[in-house]
Amino acid sequence: MLSSIPSDWLFGLGGGLLIGLGGAVFLLGNGRIMGASGIIGGLVDGSGKGNLGERIAFLLGVFLLPILIYPLFGEVDTHASGNLAVLIAAGLLVGVGTRIANGCTSGHGVCGISRLSLRGMVATVFYIMAGGLTVVLFRHILGVI
Amino acid sequence: MQRMILAFVAGGLFGAGLFISGMTDTTKVQGWLDVFGNWDPTLAFVMGGAILPMAVAWRVTKGRSPMVGGSFPTPPEPKIGRNLVLGSVLFGAGWGLAGLCPGPSVASLSYGGWPHWVFFAAMLSGMALAPMARAQLDRAVPAE
Repeated sequence: MLSSIPSDWLFGLGGGLLIGLGGAVFLLGNGRIMGASGIIGGLVDGSGKGNLGERIAFLLGVFLLPILIYPLFGEVDTHASGNLAVLIAAGLLVGVGTRIANGCTSGHGVCGISRLSLRGMVATVFYIMAGGLTVVLFRHILGVI
Repeated sequence: MQRMILAFVAGGLFGAGLFISGMTDTTKVQGWLDVFGNWDPTLAFVMGGAILPMAVAWRVTKGRSPMVGGSFPTPPEPKIGRNLVLGSVLFGAGWGLAGLCPGPSVASLSYGGWPHWVFFAAMLSGMALAPMARAQLDRAVPAE
């Protein structure tokens, strides 16, 4: 039965469980919500001064683990855009947007929805809708991405 | 020290999960958002898989405290404000453009090549500008 399911979906589910497990360790261990934009943003704007070490240790884990498992998967292509303007505009929007909304896919999405937070659900609906419209506009109408 | 080790383990699980799930591959993310093209449902499996252990974890927090002491974060006020909606729309637009969000942008830095560093640098700049943008916003349209 498993063989009839695309392997990407199974990897997605397995990887998703690991993501949730990471969030569970951060919550039950340190009493903190695993939100990537908040953890990074606190380092950037200085609001995270009180727990600098914890933030850096977390990000070090995120950065290093893919290097360790990378060889198991062979060639991995992230298919990232090579268009400088697209990369810069996208990065700026993600940076400003997640900090104004106080959360991203991990904080609002994973950690928020799992505690049935209305804010998390509303944020998730809006960033998915905006993302969908952006792909329609820039891929199918303008042909930029 | 225990706090740091736990944070590193949590980050490691998060990074490994993002890599294995395919969320560091921008085509999978843009494929999920591309409902009028070749739609890719993988992200729903990732979200579902991630929400499961987290839902259990939130239940476990009831009547307990974190391992390192202190207390668990209290639920935020269920207020749907302008910042939540506008910020999420801006974030979603950037997410769709590049197929990257903050977590995967860190997880893919080591092997993704220069475009990931450009995106990451721009994202940090955006985060640095956010307090100013928020203040401008408050001045232009005072919060309700």
